[in-house]
Amino acid sequence: MAKILAVDDSASMRGMVAFTLRGAGHEVSEAENGQLALDTARGTRFDLVLADVNMPVMDGLSMVRELRVLPEYKGVPILMLTTESNTEKKMEGKAAGATGWLVKPFDPEQLLATVRRVLG
Amino acid sequence: MSTVSLAQFHQVFFEESLEGLDVMEAALLALDEGGGDAELIHRIFRSAHSIKGGAATFGFPEMAAFTHEAESLLDELRDGRRAIDGPIIELLLRTVDCLRGMFDRAQTGQPLADAESENLRQQLAVTVGRDVIVTAGQANVGTLATSGWIIQFRPHLGMLAGGNDPLRLLRELAELGTLSVEAQLDRVPTLDALDPAECHLGWRIELTGAVGRDAITAVFEWVEGECDLSIEPISVVANSVEPNLAAGTLTEGIDAVSAPVMQNIVPKNAATGSNDAGSVRVGIDKIDSLIDLVGELVITQAMLDQFREDFDPTRLALLQEGLAQLARHTRTLQESVMGIRMLPIGSVFNRFPRLVRDLSQKLGKQVKLEMVGEHTELDKTVLEKIGDPLVHLVRNAIDHGLETPEKRRAAGKHESGTLRLEAFHRGGSIVVEIVDDGAGLNREAIVAKAIQKGLIPTGEDLSDDAVNELIFQPGFSTAATTTDLSGRGVGMDVVRRNVVDLGGSVAITSRLGHGTTFTITLPLTLAIIDGLSAAVGNECYIVPLVSIVESVQLRADAVRNVVGGGELFRFRDAYLPIVRLHEQFGCADARQHIEDGLVIVVEADTGRVGLFIDGLIGQQQAVVKSLEANYRRVEGISGATVLADGSVALIIDVAGLVRMQSRRRAA
Repeated sequence: MAKILAVDDSASMRGMVAFTLRGAGHEVSEAENGQLALDTARGTRFDLVLADVNMPVMDGLSMVRELRVLPEYKGVPILMLTTESNTEKKMEGKAAGATGWLVKPFDPEQLLATVRRVLG
Repeated sequence: MSTVSLAQFHQVFFEESLEGLDVMEAALLALDEGGGDAELIHRIFRSAHSIKGGAATFGFPEMAAFTHEAESLLDELRDGRRAIDGPIIELLLRTVDCLRGMFDRAQTGQPLADAESENLRQQLAVTVGRDVIVTAGQANVGTLATSGWIIQFRPHLGMLAGGNDPLRLLRELAELGTLSVEAQLDRVPTLDALDPAECHLGWRIELTGAVGRDAITAVFEWVEGECDLSIEPISVVANSVEPNLAAGTLTEGIDAVSAPVMQNIVPKNAATGSNDAGSVRVGIDKIDSLIDLVGELVITQAMLDQFREDFDPTRLALLQEGLAQLARHTRTLQESVMGIRMLPIGSVFNRFPRLVRDLSQKLGKQVKLEMVGEHTELDKTVLEKIGDPLVHLVRNAIDHGLETPEKRRAAGKHESGTLRLEAFHRGGSIVVEIVDDGAGLNREAIVAKAIQKGLIPTGEDLSDDAVNELIFQPGFSTAATTTDLSGRGVGMDVVRRNVVDLGGSVAITSRLGHGTTFTITLPLTLAIIDGLSAAVGNECYIVPLVSIVESVQLRADAVRNVVGGGELFRFRDAYLPIVRLHEQFGCADARQHIEDGLVIVVEADTGRVGLFIDGLIGQQQAVVKSLEANYRRVEGISGATVLADGSVALIIDVAGLVRMQSRRRAA
């Protein structure tokens, strides 16, 4: 069981991610934009962060950059949930400090497989 | 196969997407008014993007494909590759409408795409300059088999900080075939120079088995650029026309591949499509304050619990304090819980910029729409039902109220008319005003029309208010020609009826040549009312406080009996009919003589009556329970409530009683 932070401005997407992961026994916190995610992440150390790219207030890329500045988030897996399937966008995520990505649309099985991948 | 049913997220997806469409529409209209704000375009893009992602995830591929085209166009606008102009905004507004239609159909489980959406999708694609036909392009990934691979993998120093664990990669490789790994320690520094957060190791990996290169590059997909990587076949056994595949290009095909998977989920959606139980999105702060309150309540309860074990009369003051605290917390809790149902009226106002734009264009009028107090909160139920009456009043104001630019110029006014929607609190009510600076109500035209329709006799001298009231009469319309916009067979009488059904009222003020103001007054909530409890025989009735004018004790000689009109009494300057509640509702053991009881003067939009009761018990808040849902509709009764002693009291529907009374007199 891991502590996971799910960040997406879309409540349905966030709900699906959280529900799926909770069903797999993980402890999931939710945030609806990058800024709120940072606030949450500062209080607790999560084992994994899943974040959307396009969000109001603070987007996913800025959030990753800010998270990576925090010493406790060095080396913590951060996955971008992205619809941009082109390489360029993924590399932007990597450059910001993301560990990897999961391309939308994904189904619960794919999500769990990816999470298993990073959490081992 | 999936352990999680995606259908359970459909409702949330629909709701947030419809909100997103409202946001898109509002931003498009703002752009239309010349705001070239980059943030507006970003907002539109984000909404479209979310809808596309959700549609693809939750099993609506047609919607995802459609939104994808719109998103491509928005992407060009966002990057400044294309200028925003009228036709583009028009196209995107139609896209919003089309998506709304798709969501309507999705909610009822119908096929999403129709001729219109297909047409629009092609138009969007043509605009972006893309070939319309979607190539079912499976990426031509080589699945070349060899007897094995030699992989040289040396992470850069910073790879660990990015969250990628080399051990994970090795584990994943081990799942593909037989692995033999050799660690390369040549670059490990001396202990004093070693930073544990950096990766100094490298690996030479021999992977044997029938493994494709794509499977290996997929494992290393996330670390491309963060490591030195070479993948060489041990010996090629198949045709070696293999493209040199860089990691990352692999996922190009994923969108196309996933689509059929998603299609399988569609029937599930259809089965649950009728499930449209409403939900409310609540701000976290509201929930936090509720949790705080419940905490307080638990503490108070614990404190009161002590008295159960040993009650010592000397601690009476403490008990009283505890009870007072309990009362305070309960009331605050009640207010907070009611607050959850409260939503800003902005969600209803949102539709007006579009409506006003379309309508004014159609009618050749210039209208400036002002909206004030969008954050004013209303009960969700009230909010859902106030939309139609407001739309009707706004249509009326543009259609009949505001003049054409020529007429306005001739009258010395600014060419463009102003329509203001304003919501604000007044006392325990919410007031919504629809104000136009148009021609105002034409007294002569209204009177002539009313005479023609037989609503009033000729030659009657009416006050201005009485004339304005005429437009609320059934079947009344002042427009010389009934346009297809306002004249849909729904008159102002229906508007008033709808508002009255919500426990509100509509008033009208107008000045010829200066404009008209409609004032809608609504209760804050329908779930709880303030009322007076009245005893009638062995029963208790609740009379809503807002309807009560006064209560009077009558002498027997103050009551006049009118043939066919029942009992009347003089109240101020008018004679009001007396409604004996015990007769109306058949209560036993009630007081019969008028001097033994009390008459409460109540008022509805349609008039006043006096309710004869035994006496008043007290003022109280009543939590309204639907009688219709639990029993059936009863005329003159708006609902029921449970009293403190557990008995049930009926709530008087004053407007209904007044209607019944005037019908009886007319008969």
